[in-house]
Amino acid sequence: MSEKDKIWSIVFSGVGGQGVILITEITALAAVKNGYDVKQTEVHGVSQRGGSVETQVRFGKRVWSPMVTPGNADAVVGLEVLEGLRSAHYAEAETGVILLNEHKIVPASVENAEQMYPSNSAELLIQKGYQVIQLSATKIAHELGDGRMANVVMIGRLSTLLPIPQEIWSDTLKKRIPLKYLDPNLKAFEAGRAAVTA
Amino acid sequence: MKRELILGNHAIARGAWEAGVNFASGYPGTPSTEILEALARYPEVDSQWSANEKVAFEEGMGAAIGGLRVLVTMKHVGLNVAADPFMVFPYAGTVGGFLLVSADDPGMHSSQNEQDNRYLARMAKVPVLEPSTAQECKDYVKLGLEISEQFNTPVMLRTTTRLAHHKGLVTFGERHEVPRIEQDLDPRQFSVPIYRRILRPTVEQRLKDLESFAETTELNQIENSGSTTGVVTNGIAYQYVKEILPDADVLRLGMTFPLPAKILRDFCNIHEQVYVIEEGEPFIEDFIRSLGIDNIVGKELFGVIGEYSPGRLGSALGLFELPPDLTKEMTLMPRPPMFCIGCGHRTVFSALRQLRVTVAGDIGCYTMGALPPYEASHTTFNMGASIGTAFGLERAGKERVVAVIGDSTFVHAGIPALIDAVYNGSKITLIILDNSTTGMTGGQPHPASGKALSGKDAPTLDLEGLCLAVGVEHVVKVDTWDRKAVNNALREAIAYKGPSVVITQGPCQRLPEMKRRSLTPYFIDESLCTQCDACFKVWCPAITRTENNFPVINPQECTACTVCAQVCPTEAIYPFEPNYVQI
Repeated sequence: MSEKDKIWSIVFSGVGGQGVILITEITALAAVKNGYDVKQTEVHGVSQRGGSVETQVRFGKRVWSPMVTPGNADAVVGLEVLEGLRSAHYAEAETGVILLNEHKIVPASVENAEQMYPSNSAELLIQKGYQVIQLSATKIAHELGDGRMANVVMIGRLSTLLPIPQEIWSDTLKKRIPLKYLDPNLKAFEAGRAAVTA
Repeated sequence: MKRELILGNHAIARGAWEAGVNFASGYPGTPSTEILEALARYPEVDSQWSANEKVAFEEGMGAAIGGLRVLVTMKHVGLNVAADPFMVFPYAGTVGGFLLVSADDPGMHSSQNEQDNRYLARMAKVPVLEPSTAQECKDYVKLGLEISEQFNTPVMLRTTTRLAHHKGLVTFGERHEVPRIEQDLDPRQFSVPIYRRILRPTVEQRLKDLESFAETTELNQIENSGSTTGVVTNGIAYQYVKEILPDADVLRLGMTFPLPAKILRDFCNIHEQVYVIEEGEPFIEDFIRSLGIDNIVGKELFGVIGEYSPGRLGSALGLFELPPDLTKEMTLMPRPPMFCIGCGHRTVFSALRQLRVTVAGDIGCYTMGALPPYEASHTTFNMGASIGTAFGLERAGKERVVAVIGDSTFVHAGIPALIDAVYNGSKITLIILDNSTTGMTGGQPHPASGKALSGKDAPTLDLEGLCLAVGVEHVVKVDTWDRKAVNNALREAIAYKGPSVVITQGPCQRLPEMKRRSLTPYFIDESLCTQCDACFKVWCPAITRTENNFPVINPQECTACTVCAQVCPTEAIYPFEPNYVQI
């Protein structure tokens, strides 16, 4: 497939309440604004109550399925370590990137969750041949005033991997995020973009 | 024309508005809820949440025979509730266009069963349309209403979770007002069995007419590229087929009942092999086989259970192998959903767990009372089932049986069951979790919430008065965040000699007015904390541990529900205010 016809596939995962759906929407809307055909999946109902949340965005010249096939994603964005690992196999084996927020939320209702929580996860992913980018997005967001903006830090970093110009991202953020919260979120996005060497 | 990235459900709402729908009703249920929420934003349409799906259907039925264009929405199991009018309505037929949206949930993302409602439509002899894209979700509403008016029949628009909850680009149009159709109500059309026997043959004739229509309508389309492989598909699966088999010939059925026998026969004849790819039951497949055609492959390869995806279909066809997830290398423990921070249901399930009673649950967020750490709810079946199930368990010899139901679900289907429990001499205890909303579907108003779908104030059903009126003598209201009061109320009610009701009151934390209110978060004073871990046992996700093993409350997440402070033996938990003085 030529670069022109390429379909981009991105998988987002995290815990209900982390803002997975918000950044999925922002990414999809930025792709629309850039002239792509776009499809997006999301979850509603009971799964939003603090459980695992996974969403997908696909964009390109002509997109059919809204669902990404495992092994085909250009990027997997994990807002939380365990959820990132759960979605890791969506990444394309050689060229796909796994963006991992170094932030753990231990499942509250699982027994011995603390002990069972995976360790050395990034190393394992790298061993398996994935390209892994780790980011302390929650910490960065916290330093900017609110750890909950980790999701926006993460799409800041993601934006450097996608063929969508920066001004379109900022326009989309301005359109989608309430004015009251816009400034710190634009800073969070910038911090994510600047974290290329992290 | 404006083009926007919107949900399949929002596209249906837009389609209803554009097609001149005048009246819309429904009951919330995943994956259908967003349709009426979006439609309510258009003032031209009279949109409402009804008490349950049966009532919603009947109100729509009345509006349609009164000559209006009508949209009625519900999730798949909602149609079980509305099956009574659904089966009867086609005999009389409609006057104005009547479109029923039935949203199926393969994969049971937020449901208790998988159910393919095309079978119900076939039973009712009602035509079924199945859009494949968000754009078609919009367009098929108008087409469905036109078919409804042309053939005087209710029409089902069937969606599935992925279709309803995926977003695609949709081109908007303008609204076309459709004048009300004036027609006098003729008793011979709408009443008594003797007339019904006269109407019966018209149902069969209409079905024949629809069969002919299915052979010519543009809803069913063939994409021919001269391949020897053919695919018959429908709904969202069409998008997957185009993704993984771009070169195959495709017969895409936008109308799946009645099915076009001649088109299917011809299509299967000219292809060596035909894959039938439909999510859910083998509805199309069985029909093709009933025609004596055997060069088809369907459920034996792709399966009946759960959702389809391009990955699942491609690997079933041997086109590629799917990479395994990481479960071999590490423990990817599950992360089940749980009660929100500050949720008023927590105190109730903590108490039920302690009381070790038999609990019949119902449909709502509180199904999670069956999950760890509470594991205090023993059954969940269908809307309103808690009360009847509790009654039956009691008859089967269980002692201290409790039914737990939400306020919206109680109004939906609990009231007749409570009347029955009183009438037949039960002594069960009913807990009504009154959070002033339909919580699990995202917070829709209902008759006991005091609000309408429009956002305007509405008469408020008095739950306590209602329970007293049906003959329950012991009815108690209690603040759901007062642990001791909840515990005591439950103990007393369970010990009561007759049927009893405890109404636990406290608004859902997800309601906008709860999110907006200003509050002072609670805080754990480490100088008073003895690390006894009592506060952890309220299982609030906002409480975690510091590096020094002290419990700590995330002030951004705390809802000031006070439950952790109530359990702290050293009073180390109190509101965080700079000038607060501990007395």
